[in-house]
Amino acid sequence: MNDRYDAIVVGAGHNGLVCASLLAKAGRKVLVLEAKDQVGGAAITRTFAEGYSVSACAHLLYQLQPQVRKDLGLEFDMSSDQMGTIALSPDGNHVRYNGNEVSGTSDEDAASYKDFYRRMTRFADLLQTYLNKTPPRLAKDASLSDLLTLVRLGFDVRRLGKVEMQEFLRLIGINIYDELAERFESGLLKGALSLDAVLGTHLGPRSPNTILTYLYRLAGSHGTISAPAGGMSAVSEALAHSARDNGATIRTGMPVKKIIIENGRAAGVETENGEQFSSWLVVSNADPKTTIMRLVSARNVETGFTRRVHNIRMRGNAAKLHLALDGLPHIKGIEKREYGERFVVAPDENYVERAFNAAKYGETSTKPVFEITFPSFRDSSLAPTGKHVLSAIVQYAPYALREGWSDETRQAFLDRAIATLGEYMPDLKQRISAAEMLTPADIEKEFLITGGHWHHGELSLDQFLFTRPVGGAAQYAMPLDGLYLCGAGAHPGGGVSGAAGRNAARAILKREKAA
Amino acid sequence: MTTIQEVPQGRLKSPFYPRQAELDRLNRWHEWKGYSSADGFYDTTLEYFSIRNSTSVFDLTPMTKYRITGPDSLDFIDRLVTRDMRKIKPGRVAYAVWCNDEGQVIDDGTIFHLKEGEYRLCSQERHMAWLTAAAIGMDVSIVDETHDIAALAVQGPTSYSVMKNLGLDGIENLKPFGLTNFDFEGTDLMVSRTGFTGDLGYELWLPAAKAEALWDALFEAGKLHGIMAIGTEALEQSRIEAGFIAAYVDFLPADVTVRSGRSRSPFELGLEWLVDFKKSNFNGRRALAKEKRQGSTWRLVKLDIEGNKPAHHSYIFAKSGGRQKNIGFTTSATWSPVCKQNIAIGTVRTPHGNVGDKLFVEIYYQREMHWSRVMAEATVVDKPFWNPPRRRATPPGPF
Repeated sequence: MNDRYDAIVVGAGHNGLVCASLLAKAGRKVLVLEAKDQVGGAAITRTFAEGYSVSACAHLLYQLQPQVRKDLGLEFDMSSDQMGTIALSPDGNHVRYNGNEVSGTSDEDAASYKDFYRRMTRFADLLQTYLNKTPPRLAKDASLSDLLTLVRLGFDVRRLGKVEMQEFLRLIGINIYDELAERFESGLLKGALSLDAVLGTHLGPRSPNTILTYLYRLAGSHGTISAPAGGMSAVSEALAHSARDNGATIRTGMPVKKIIIENGRAAGVETENGEQFSSWLVVSNADPKTTIMRLVSARNVETGFTRRVHNIRMRGNAAKLHLALDGLPHIKGIEKREYGERFVVAPDENYVERAFNAAKYGETSTKPVFEITFPSFRDSSLAPTGKHVLSAIVQYAPYALREGWSDETRQAFLDRAIATLGEYMPDLKQRISAAEMLTPADIEKEFLITGGHWHHGELSLDQFLFTRPVGGAAQYAMPLDGLYLCGAGAHPGGGVSGAAGRNAARAILKREKAA
Repeated sequence: MTTIQEVPQGRLKSPFYPRQAELDRLNRWHEWKGYSSADGFYDTTLEYFSIRNSTSVFDLTPMTKYRITGPDSLDFIDRLVTRDMRKIKPGRVAYAVWCNDEGQVIDDGTIFHLKEGEYRLCSQERHMAWLTAAAIGMDVSIVDETHDIAALAVQGPTSYSVMKNLGLDGIENLKPFGLTNFDFEGTDLMVSRTGFTGDLGYELWLPAAKAEALWDALFEAGKLHGIMAIGTEALEQSRIEAGFIAAYVDFLPADVTVRSGRSRSPFELGLEWLVDFKKSNFNGRRALAKEKRQGSTWRLVKLDIEGNKPAHHSYIFAKSGGRQKNIGFTTSATWSPVCKQNIAIGTVRTPHGNVGDKLFVEIYYQREMHWSRVMAEATVVDKPFWNPPRRRATPPGPF
């Protein structure tokens, strides 16, 4: 055996780095092992064509938790802050919204949006409190603090006031389509808000609990969108610096082959090159399926737990499109200064739902929906002078494509995506000098996420809070002594938020103190 | 013209059914996992004494049988059950229990190590859902062969002689919990020295198509050794004497209980000897280790009761501070003709039920419509009520 550590973190994704940094800050001797040559996991910047770089998976910051920034004293520059959203219309009559302001709609819609935004952010604030807490146990051996958290949750819901509480309870399980239909008349606005609710999920606007996913998106910063200068690696590098400053060792290019089990508990890890590292504490930033089924193996955990992990729904549906452009494409009705905003292609709520229909049957959307940014517009480091990068999330592209993912099926989806974009950016096709499409299968391979699902598990009520990743293991500790989960598969979920990593570190330290 | 095939409805008939029907004088059948199974054929007492004095034949076909094969079969079985299956070599049979993650017993059964990496798991209940879940992440195949394999339990002091007469050469070397294969009219006949009666006996397993031929040959071979077909009632009496527990009688499978605290751990069923913490990980290990540290709630007891009235469904009391305190209940009870004892299996709260403890069972009985009650003294015993040396003797004696 090699050196002994107090804790080994498997995977230097942003949550792994947050967790490692906090454990190191608490005086633990921490080793982080990353399979890739670059830290950050799905929050990285990388080159996709000569001279062109892009945030390869996550490309915008929504939910980076203020507590994480505070705890670790993170500092990095933003290239864009307070980005607005422009819901594109081929005729140039776009709808724009930012914060509680919306333009391009009727006055009624604008007024209704203010009310909608106020209520949603209020609910999101309630949710936010619990995203940064270990979810309480509901089992009969729940501790006093579990019970207090639960009582507190009930109290916080009640404190919304009678009417708002009723609204909260009415909305939390339902779909966003119905709520938007009751409030707004603008198809563009409804389409764009629908897309906000379903990005990165296997859900359409008419699927249950899409209000929850919308609230999840608002939690932390009320939907304020920003992009770090230099892409997502800026966040990951800042986290890595913080971890190193706190004394953690980070080793890249060290894929972990398995978690070593001794006498029924985690005892260290073995890497693909055969090196062994021992520690009585192994914290996995990998998704729950990878962690349990591959690194630990079913043999070392119990059947009921294996079955629950096996049944976690985590099939990605979002593809990532990267285009190298020799100039900004023309978009009707968009001024030059607006290219730093976020664009969405979701002309109305039914369009989004129809795009999702295909995914139910293992097909890609004929008319996909898009979330588009031109990160190079505000950040010249990403492309050669005068040239630009388009980064887009394209839905729906189901992981379990019926035909199977191949170069042909990927190319077909890429062509369709570009054709759809062409309706809004007529000269786009001529401007493309290189294109990259990452399907969920590619995301699985490149970022080592089962199913290519960036939340490490569908974000839905049955896989949320007490049951994330699965019932009986929702407090970061897995049912194998010494093994913890700190990635998006654990509460609260995905997005570059750092909440799971922070909560996991706190749960570990609390448990150590109790022992 | 299209012929519409008949869809089987109602109860299944065992491949031995045609032969059993010929012998049957009682016409008393019940359902056992989809099959018709006889309560008895002639007379329960007569059938019972064939188990203890000659040779009894019980149809085991409805018993659940799974064939487990594949590179991970040993790992699969070893993780499934609480005992160390690495110690069970090919040609051996192991009695085992399996638990859920909470360390609560799902069922007990026997596991036959047929050959290297190939197992048969037998139990009273069906478990495909659980086994399929247990196979996630493992390279094993689980095939339900319940309907394909016909099985008979041939039990009693003359059963060895019957086996010899059947022409099973070398059967004298078969030790308890051993299994061996013979050729029977060109088909593989597996014989294991196992049973549910606590007596000398064998279990015979072969493809269903040969069932009637085996039955005929067996009854011919046993003609002079008092061979007799028996039903469930006689078997039930003998298994209580042997101190064996039965699902749905002495415990409920953990996967069917709804109320908390109604399932049992192996410790609570007197099966501590089957739980091996030295082996690799197994289902329920964490929970059982915790229970071992903290103590169990229940304890299974074997009771020797005064009098002759069977303590069916009786409360069990202990004297505590001059008062009778209700500490549990009986789950199986019978008068044992061979032991001349009034016996029962029951469940009591710990710390009650230590071997030698004097407890009381409250027995209600009815005489000409009127109910009476006795508080009968019951002694906790640790050994099976019936455990004759012939059960273990190798070679067994000819009777």
